Amino acid sequence: MTKQLAQYLVVLALSPLLLGVVNRVKAFFAGRRGPPLPQLYFDLYKLLHKTPVYSRTTTRVFRAGPVAALACLLTALAIAPFGGRPSFFAFDGDFILLVYLLGMARFATVIAALDTGSSFEGMGASREVQFAVFAEPAFFLALAALAKTTGAMSVSGIFGALTPAVWTTAAPVLALVTAALFLVFLAENSRVPADDPNTHLELTMIHEVMVLDHSGPELAFILYGASLKLWLLGSFIACSVLPRHSGSWLTDAGLFTAAMFAIAVVVGVVESIMARLRMSKVPYMLITALAFSALALIFQVGR
Amino acid sequence: MVLLLLSFVILLVSAALSLCFRRSPARASAAGVYGAVAASVAGLVSAGRILLSGGTETLSLPWPVPLGSLSFNLDPLAAFFLVPVFLLTAFAAIYGSDYLKSYAGKKPLALAWAAFNLLTAAMVLVITSANAVLFMLGWELMAAASFLLVVFEHEKAQVRKAAFLYLVVGAAGALFLLLLFSLLSPSSPSFDFSTFRRPEGVLAAAAFLAALAGFGLKAGFIPFHVWLPEAHPAAPSHVSAVMSGVMIKLGIYGIMRMLSFLAPWPAWWGWTLVFIGAVSGLLGVLFALSQHDLKRMLAYSSIENVGIIILGLGLAVVGTSHGMYPLAALAFGGALLHVLNHALFKGLLFMGAGAVLHSTGTTELEALGGLAKKMPQTAFYFLVGSAAISGLPPFNGLVSEFLIYLGSFGALRAREASTVYAAALAIGSLSAIGALALACFSKAFGTCFLGEPRSANAAGAHEAGQAMRAAMAALAWACCFIGLASPLLVAPLAAAAGCVLDPRAASELLRYAPLPLSYLSAAAAAFLGAALAVALLRAFALRGRVPAAGPTWDCGYAAPTAKMQYGASSFAQPLTDFFQPALRAARHYAGIAGYFPGKTSFHTENKALFYDNFYTPAAAYIRRLAFRFSWLQQGRLQFYILYIVTALIALLIWKL
Repeated sequence: MTKQLAQYLVVLALSPLLLGVVNRVKAFFAGRRGPPLPQLYFDLYKLLHKTPVYSRTTTRVFRAGPVAALACLLTALAIAPFGGRPSFFAFDGDFILLVYLLGMARFATVIAALDTGSSFEGMGASREVQFAVFAEPAFFLALAALAKTTGAMSVSGIFGALTPAVWTTAAPVLALVTAALFLVFLAENSRVPADDPNTHLELTMIHEVMVLDHSGPELAFILYGASLKLWLLGSFIACSVLPRHSGSWLTDAGLFTAAMFAIAVVVGVVESIMARLRMSKVPYMLITALAFSALALIFQVGR
Repeated sequence: MVLLLLSFVILLVSAALSLCFRRSPARASAAGVYGAVAASVAGLVSAGRILLSGGTETLSLPWPVPLGSLSFNLDPLAAFFLVPVFLLTAFAAIYGSDYLKSYAGKKPLALAWAAFNLLTAAMVLVITSANAVLFMLGWELMAAASFLLVVFEHEKAQVRKAAFLYLVVGAAGALFLLLLFSLLSPSSPSFDFSTFRRPEGVLAAAAFLAALAGFGLKAGFIPFHVWLPEAHPAAPSHVSAVMSGVMIKLGIYGIMRMLSFLAPWPAWWGWTLVFIGAVSGLLGVLFALSQHDLKRMLAYSSIENVGIIILGLGLAVVGTSHGMYPLAALAFGGALLHVLNHALFKGLLFMGAGAVLHSTGTTELEALGGLAKKMPQTAFYFLVGSAAISGLPPFNGLVSEFLIYLGSFGALRAREASTVYAAALAIGSLSAIGALALACFSKAFGTCFLGEPRSANAAGAHEAGQAMRAAMAALAWACCFIGLASPLLVAPLAAAAGCVLDPRAASELLRYAPLPLSYLSAAAAAFLGAALAVALLRAFALRGRVPAAGPTWDCGYAAPTAKMQYGASSFAQPLTDFFQPALRAARHYAGIAGYFPGKTSFHTENKALFYDNFYTPAAAYIRRLAFRFSWLQQGRLQFYILYIVTALIALLIWKL
């Protein structure tokens, strides 16, 4: 129990650092020094002390949205994998709840955006719900392939059973699943090539545009929630590529955390060397992920 | 059983009383509402006792009808279906007492209340009857009573058209049911359900298909759905709630009941159901997404939810035929629970739509907006319903979908590839349906209740009446309760599943469902706790500060108007564009020309794909065929009597 609590607290404490790493990598590629690694912590601290501005068009939905979204992520993190170790909520089918908690977070963000009556935010909301239609089946089928491969039914069970032996026998399946998870991870966290977190005033953005009107503590909740989501979905990739479990919790936790930061570096590299896809092409990227997961499942059934 | 009989009698008496009071609308309404509520209380006690004990009660009374017998059977499956019937009709009646007030004097409210209680009585009869003749009687009574309610606003041409379509489809469905019962009769000694035996070979398959068509026309899954999006929006909103929430579920009940007579089931039956369920779910929600009328959208969403139920049922059949009992039990339990859940949230949503219609006079989404400020409570309940129907925690929609998912993920371990693929198909389509439902309902809630009003009607909205709000609040709490206390439902679900499934399968529900559902409920509670904690953190961060108010920033645009907001069609456009090959919406765009373009227009029209491309040609063909025999129809009574006499003599000779 203490270990599970420690895992949870580590995630809560470290996840804002991931975005710092991503930004430093991008700065390195651009030849800049970049913001300090703990920049998001400073931002969160500052935002919590600001007085927000609310549009007269908005209702309580606008204020409750970020609160509900952050609560969803905090709950979902209790299910998230942590280096193959059991988490708080480990039960058969826990990943179903996890996906639907993310869905609830999306719903809260989307209706808070629609509450402002702004056409920009409506646009972002509309795109957000569109991409989820392709991302969710891709994610579910990837999990189905993992469940079929390991014979386990919970997140902790799946990644606990994922040993180097599984990789040696089912490498194509796991490689396809990892690729699918990575594509979903990029799209769901609004990273390049699905979305660009740097643009703030263009018609092409998705997530950032939905939160244009939020300020003060609500914006802090949104930013913190985004970093938690980055960690949450990243942890699935980290756990799939890191099948080796030692007996000691410290080694496992250390390796897992290192893998998480490695993923952040990869995200930074991808963002530096790739352009964003045209908006109408993003569904095809996610359908590719869906095809990868379906193929992985078919391989595993045929094996 | 005695209490159930009492509730049945109360319904009939109150219907008669309403008719007696036809000169005083207030008294007629009172008779209808009190009758519906009293009957529901009595009926719920009776059904609840059966569900908790798991027993069966039967009742047989003498009845001088050939082939028929007045026999009733209240087993856990029937009791489980009675729960949503009684719950929703009671709340719909309470809601209707307010909703119909504005029609007093203009419309025959006495007839509406009589038909409403008669509809409930017919549904109870359908669910509890244990004889095919009695069942058909209830079935036709249900169609007739609901027809009367659909034509309530018969001065509108669209309503008349919808009602006529509804009548025709009801008759077609009944024909298929007659075929079903005649297919079952050679192998069965009587028309009592208890004596029904599975017919041999191809007859069993024919009976299955007849049941699928006959009950499908009531349940409204694709391709039998054409009447549903026409008839449900045409009825008054509390009746739409009952029709969408429980009446179409009796089609599901029929399929489940008939499946219990037709065991053992071949795997292809299951595959047929899985396929129909997946297609209905996906197309239903896509059609719903492309609608811009709130009630019509809710009607299409019912097709989607019936699809989810049929998908679960299909998985249960596949699982049973392959001996995957956990899959069968969990999928069947999920399907059954979704029947109850859908009754609760669809009832709630139709009531919310009715409140909007009542207060603004329109359900056209493009003319609404900003209602959350004018009717905050209705907005809150509609929000709960939207989250629940999208399967979001902490509400009930997730619980039933979770059971189907859980069964499917467990079935991935199966050895035969076909079971694995059925499970994977279910997982993929359920998740896509879930994401599309989220898009659909964030659109509905967002354009209707949030932002700025798009028309004068919306700007002048007012909160719904007290009885309407009370009914919606009760349903919203029920959605929340099931989300937080789902483990309590496992035992009743297992008892009901035992009436249809192999007993070995039904007991698997008790083994596999309780633990995950306890965790699910705990996580839902944890979510609420986390939300409370974050809200407290926000309050702490904002202590002693007054948030500033301003216009929506909108990237600094200085003169926003309500027309610039994202509307229902624009919100759905990326998805409707992407799925245009399946939707085939027609677009009419006048275009702009010149340097100073003047007014232009754009509108989209959703074609009723199946209606236009299949049903209309089929109906035209039948009409051509019928005209060939028009010489038989002279319109003279003597000729008809002659036909009857000839037919009787022919039958006598044949029998000799």
